[in-house]
Amino acid sequence: MDTNTSTQQKAAAPVNMIQALNWALHDAMEEDANVIHFGEEVGDAEGGGIVKISAGLSTKFGSRVRSTPISEMGFMGAAVGAAVVGMKPVVEVMLMNFVAVCMDQITNHAAKLRFMSGGQTHVPMVIRTMTGSGFQNGGQHSDFLEAWFCHTPGIKVVMPSNPADGYGLLRSAIDDPDPVLFIDHLNNYWTPGVAPVRGTKIPLGKARIHQPGKDVTVIGYSRSMLDIPPVAAKLEAEGISVEIIDLRTVSPIDMDTVLASVKKTGRAVIVHEAVKSFGVGAELSSRIHEALFRELKAPVERVASNDSPVPYAPPLEAAFLYSHADIEAAIRKTLA
Amino acid sequence: MGMTQPDSKTLVAIYKKMALIKHSDDRVIGAMKAGRMQMPYYSARGQECIPAAISTLLTDEDYLVTIYRGVHDMLAKGLPAKLLWAELAGKATGSCKGKGGPMHLTYPSKGCMVTTGIVGASMPIACGLALASQLRGETRVTVANFGDGASNIGAFHESLNLASVWKLPVILVCQNNRFAEHTSYAKGTSVAKIANRAASYDMPGLHVDGNDPVAVYQAAQQAIERARSGGGPTLIEALTFRFNGHLIGDMGEYIPKAEYAAAVAADPYPKYRSWLIDNRHATSAEIEAIEAGIKAEIDEAEAFAMSSPPPDAIEVKRDVYAYDIA
Repeated sequence: MDTNTSTQQKAAAPVNMIQALNWALHDAMEEDANVIHFGEEVGDAEGGGIVKISAGLSTKFGSRVRSTPISEMGFMGAAVGAAVVGMKPVVEVMLMNFVAVCMDQITNHAAKLRFMSGGQTHVPMVIRTMTGSGFQNGGQHSDFLEAWFCHTPGIKVVMPSNPADGYGLLRSAIDDPDPVLFIDHLNNYWTPGVAPVRGTKIPLGKARIHQPGKDVTVIGYSRSMLDIPPVAAKLEAEGISVEIIDLRTVSPIDMDTVLASVKKTGRAVIVHEAVKSFGVGAELSSRIHEALFRELKAPVERVASNDSPVPYAPPLEAAFLYSHADIEAAIRKTLA
Repeated sequence: MGMTQPDSKTLVAIYKKMALIKHSDDRVIGAMKAGRMQMPYYSARGQECIPAAISTLLTDEDYLVTIYRGVHDMLAKGLPAKLLWAELAGKATGSCKGKGGPMHLTYPSKGCMVTTGIVGASMPIACGLALASQLRGETRVTVANFGDGASNIGAFHESLNLASVWKLPVILVCQNNRFAEHTSYAKGTSVAKIANRAASYDMPGLHVDGNDPVAVYQAAQQAIERARSGGGPTLIEALTFRFNGHLIGDMGEYIPKAEYAAAVAADPYPKYRSWLIDNRHATSAEIEAIEAGIKAEIDEAEAFAMSSPPPDAIEVKRDVYAYDIA
């Protein structure tokens, strides 16, 4: 991967998420010597990361980029310690399920040190990870676990859906004074998108109106932003106008954008790949009901995955994940 | 690597830190028994020597990470007694504004970076502090404290491995007080000496009498010199005992009576006090003057803590993130 090609040459051509995130890491490291990057196999000698998001970085930035032993607790804690004294570590957890072996350092330390120290210390680190069903990776390599972290005050959760957002959000996550969990979807990595303008940062906590509409608001993030637009296009042909919101930052949620939209449409559907129960959709649905109960034309609908581990066999994996038909049915239900 | 006998000035400086730790601890427990303070308090009475000796070799620039039984480590490193006492009392004037308490003491201006309430968690964080120093080309070192029980958790092994692979300037100090909560050392630990575990990670493992300030000082001196000069990490196991159980209220039924009696009889504090006088490192009058000064410092700390206001309820909205939450 070429990390040195100039902005001018690349700006116009579509890029994928891998390229965009590589640029974000490269540009942040070039701009600030405090930015360091480590995780399993991120060094060029080890392949530059399993999907090559870190390609070229260790060659250019030397000891600031390090492949670690397979010791998530050890290197996550090291990121916390380095961040406490002003480094800006971007630490990669190869797959999201592996956060389970280093939860203590994330939830008990990264998320809480600012508060427990009375503001004397803070932890400006980014935890980047990837996940997603659809690759026959089974029950321990596919989960979306964002709700665990949304339920933990002190950490932010960012989940981009496209390369330009990926670049701009990762740059802001690295700049952020608090810990940020940055979750990529495997399914989104190779989908080409509009190239980011290098140097452009997208503020955390701000959703994006992907498409304006007037009948129903459909809220997604990460992978569901690949699934919602085709369903909306199909319904558009029937005269159903769908407003689509990409949350981009899942915690804190941009309630101003969500509520303004739902106030206008009177209907809301939330779509995420994580399992349904006790999830981000539940929180969002509750907040919409609390704020707009009397203005809603229908109860808020949730579309999410089955409340089971992610299965292996393709037909089971398909049955686990929501379908386009589920999204369509939920939208129609709010309009019934 | 030099192994020097500390001079009288240093030996007395160690005593002064031990006295501060010991008298502060006695007074905290007294205040709890009298009902003036309430907290989950993990006394380190009996373990004073270890941080008192090590910290005389550190500067304010060096980093410290410790655990819930860490008041002694923090006082030795320079957390002011007033700010400690106000924090223990849960007051707005405490070092953490009353938001951390005894298990989360922090005071970065003296290098007191993190106190964790999670067994084993001090070591990975210490590796990160040391990594930052290494990347910045600094000579400062990081000391991580933990107990014997923590040497059985995965974070210990991951940290020793990482520190060794990356040659981090970190000193891992196991304060082996013979009990992991209520479980005796032998029941939970596979090796006769925790220091032996260092061999698995290709780093020096020093086993010392943690109740002997000179032995601790000399071990720490080797480890600190090695770390400062880029030689990498060292594991120090300092054998000691805690006299007040796991936390205040623990009656210690699991501690064999003879073992407890022997440990108390070997209390390092009065022993060291006599040794200093007998070996003419200080006169009785000098020692008494130090103690009077310490008592005055603790009187002031307690009065400050008791007279300080509680934190305002609005503080639950602050320091969750860089901005106040709604």
